[in-house]
Amino acid sequence: MNTNRIHLLDRLWEFQRRGGFIRDDDIRACAEWLGLSTVEVEGVASFYHFFHRKPAGALTIYLDNSIVAEHAGFAEVKTAFEHATGAKTGGVDPSGRFGLFTTPCIGLSDQQPAALIQFQPFTHLTPEKVGRIVRALRQGQTPAGLSDPVDPNIRYLPPDNRTVFFREATPGQALTRALALKPEGVIAELKTAELSGRGGAFFPTWIKWNACREQTSTPKYVVCNADEGEPGTFKDRVLLQTRPETVIEGMLIAGYTIGASEGIIYLRAEYTWLLPLLETALSDFRKNGLLGKDAGGLKGFDFDIRIQLGAGAYVCGEETALLESMEGKRGEPRTKWFFPVEKGFLQQPTLINNVETFAAAAHIVGMGADWYNSRGIAGSPGTKLISVSGDCGQPGLYEIEWGMPVAELLELCAANDPYFIQVSGPSGECISMAENDRRISMLDLMGRKDIRCGGSFMIFNRQRDLLRVLLNFSAFFKHESCGVCTPCRAGNFILQRQLEKLDRGLAQAADMDAIRSWGAIMKAASRCGLGKTAPNTPIMAMEKFHDYFAARLSPDANTQDKSFDLERATAAYEQYKS
Amino acid sequence: MKHPVNITIDGRQIQAEAGRNLVDVARENGIFIPSLCYYPHLDQPLGTCRACTCRLDGKTGVACTEKVHEGLTVEVHTPELNDLRKAVVEMMFAEGNHFCPACEKSGNCDLQHIGYELGIASTRFPHLFEDRIIDFTPTRMLLEHNRCIKCRRCVEEIFTDDGLRVFTYISRGNETVVGIDYEQEARLTEDQAMNAMRICPTGAIIVRDKNMSQPFGDRKFDLRSVQAHQPAPAETASKPREKKIIATVSLAGCFGCHMSMLDIDTGLLDLVEFVELNRSPLTDIKKFSKRCHLGLIEGGCCNSENVETLREFRKNCDILVSVGECAIWGGLPAMRNTIPLGECLEEAYLTAPLNEPGAGVVPYHEDLPKILDKVYSCSEVVHIDYFIPGCPPSATHIWKVVENLLWGEQHSILYSEFKYD
Repeated sequence: MNTNRIHLLDRLWEFQRRGGFIRDDDIRACAEWLGLSTVEVEGVASFYHFFHRKPAGALTIYLDNSIVAEHAGFAEVKTAFEHATGAKTGGVDPSGRFGLFTTPCIGLSDQQPAALIQFQPFTHLTPEKVGRIVRALRQGQTPAGLSDPVDPNIRYLPPDNRTVFFREATPGQALTRALALKPEGVIAELKTAELSGRGGAFFPTWIKWNACREQTSTPKYVVCNADEGEPGTFKDRVLLQTRPETVIEGMLIAGYTIGASEGIIYLRAEYTWLLPLLETALSDFRKNGLLGKDAGGLKGFDFDIRIQLGAGAYVCGEETALLESMEGKRGEPRTKWFFPVEKGFLQQPTLINNVETFAAAAHIVGMGADWYNSRGIAGSPGTKLISVSGDCGQPGLYEIEWGMPVAELLELCAANDPYFIQVSGPSGECISMAENDRRISMLDLMGRKDIRCGGSFMIFNRQRDLLRVLLNFSAFFKHESCGVCTPCRAGNFILQRQLEKLDRGLAQAADMDAIRSWGAIMKAASRCGLGKTAPNTPIMAMEKFHDYFAARLSPDANTQDKSFDLERATAAYEQYKS
Repeated sequence: MKHPVNITIDGRQIQAEAGRNLVDVARENGIFIPSLCYYPHLDQPLGTCRACTCRLDGKTGVACTEKVHEGLTVEVHTPELNDLRKAVVEMMFAEGNHFCPACEKSGNCDLQHIGYELGIASTRFPHLFEDRIIDFTPTRMLLEHNRCIKCRRCVEEIFTDDGLRVFTYISRGNETVVGIDYEQEARLTEDQAMNAMRICPTGAIIVRDKNMSQPFGDRKFDLRSVQAHQPAPAETASKPREKKIIATVSLAGCFGCHMSMLDIDTGLLDLVEFVELNRSPLTDIKKFSKRCHLGLIEGGCCNSENVETLREFRKNCDILVSVGECAIWGGLPAMRNTIPLGECLEEAYLTAPLNEPGAGVVPYHEDLPKILDKVYSCSEVVHIDYFIPGCPPSATHIWKVVENLLWGEQHSILYSEFKYD
């Protein structure tokens, strides 16, 4: 492989930014540069939804279409944008000045409705505010100048100074301790602290670090997964925004522990506005001798970190898809033929962890596992960052000690008449109020599972229609499937059709059974977590909100006649009635 | 063997070389694991189609990305797994627009073949009928996107002499298609182009001007199963038959299935002794005068009258059978399902070259049945009890099913009788 290929996404971004879209000539230039056929470059460009092959406006607006946005007034704001810009959603206004598009969750669920204009954040939008923004843009003001400061909204930290993630820390202090502990000692600390992957998979961190350390092949890489795409999740955004230095230090410690020479932060394009801040943090590290040659003063430990910007694809949060994307390819998850710690980035041993995992690792190493383990509960020590959004008075970031009951979190955030809660995003699980005594932890408890929360809590009250929520999730998965494997590519589409049938009141009991059994097929046969988890929520919702679904079934259930909607099927023909 | 390991497949102890691909090992030992994307010499395996999903050491996973290792325990043929794999392949049929009777590859098609081996008579999923194009632009081949299952074989296998990729995935999600590089495609040698057509497991890649000389019915997968022959269930001697009443109808079909029913020739004479035909085009009885034991439905529903008729059949028949592709999922008439109704009607009645400009009118009258927005399968309108695939199904297939349903007689459907074309 031409090694320049790892810069393909950057090059496509240059073209995208320069011309507002990627032209045929640009594709050809990339193909020639890398010695690829043009169709191969086309395949990459077409995978990422922020790359456009048609003009996307001199100013490109992306409106967040997540369910939280929908409940906060997405439709009105969208109409306001259409009126103000003259562009129809999904297109460009006749002058070519504004392009208006919708996009899945941009990581601002605590300040919806929100949008990105030239990748600058705009929050708490109202139709009036949209009018003002567009007028100012027309008068030549810049999106960067007009954009809203993003409030980190840190609402809750464990009392009595028990915070882990927001403790006062001097950059370099944790690394110094790591150097004293030696790699074995670092891994032992992580093991004692029972740290597990905070991207939501909860794989024991020490096993990953140790496995990567044992690999003999070099170079090795440390990758920070900052592709926080799970709708409703914004904890990594807040960490990167307020504590980038701990994330960097976590990567640095990982680099030292496994013997890596390069770190890469894969940052989702939705967080482009965080780039300057992150670059500053990195250069501060370099200035202080913590990054670069002989990092941290350790002779021979050459380690630096660069940032790779994504280009819009939820599936790239899956670690092997992320590796493909970093290599300048389509972000398709790999088969499990090799694990990333064996053959990852450029087929070299690669350690991939989530933003929060690196931050937690830095604090654990800095303060010691015992310090960390005095928080949380036995078997699930420490604290967890949770992004709370939806129907509550205090949306924002909550650092809770593991073991907090759901009810307590709901009270803290002033949840307003909660009805159902989506934990860990659309791919997670939904819970009803009958379960609000469940604890948030990594444990099973007396046959009643605690809830492992990957990082988001979306709260929905009784005014919200559960099927609208499920349809929003379903559209998301259909759009974000990488398209490689059948059960996910076709299955998500088929499930969407089935949910629409329910929504139209045409489903019979057998149609709900079908959702359950088809979902089970997707779970069993899909290639990666996306297809395996996509059917979870509809299946769980049918179980936990039985009465709601019973009321949505077709009245002529249990007959030999299916509920065929003849009127709907003939509507198109009726237009020819003269 | 340098490094032999012991593995178990469906309870059978097998010795194999460590690290070899499970699909190959199973196959060499006479155990059939269905697969479509799998292509033996591709390393790494593709793992895209998921048709080889098994249980590996108790966890569900695909066989094609599994290297055999000591102690590996594999379950292949359990009722749940058989159904799971069947469902995955059904998804491919539901997702694409697979019109076997109109496909050049029919009989040589891996997808169709796996459908036969798994005994897929109908898909449990609604067909999606997404509009997909046929790309005629390439110089030496055409790309039939309706038939592509995105297995990735062509992407990983077809390169120009200087190592450039000719095919690749374009877009994402359900819109994913296999794109072709026109410039590179033109540079393929004849052999390379033919290879692309050959490795395509469906009829998605067709090389121009290459006719397929082998006749239908006599092709690679037409006659024999690759699975070890199951002993056929004993054909039961016919007990004294009671007389039964049957109704038949052709909805949006071509009467081909009815023609096929008549194809048992002199067998018909035996049958009329035991069967009374009520409502049927064969008797020209237009209204049910008796309750029927069995209704045979040919054709799907393309207009409001079809829907009414089908509902009548459901009311008046104990058992309903969809006979043939059109009844099962829409079949050839459903070719219009990817195009909006308005476009179809306007093309047919207003803008067709033979119409006098401005004189055409789309027929609409209260006495005329109303045309539906698309062709619906019978099972979308009423509950259907059984499905007999084929376009048309063979006479023996139809009557074996009828004899079984009416009199409980046991017949086995031969591999060569179970067809989609």
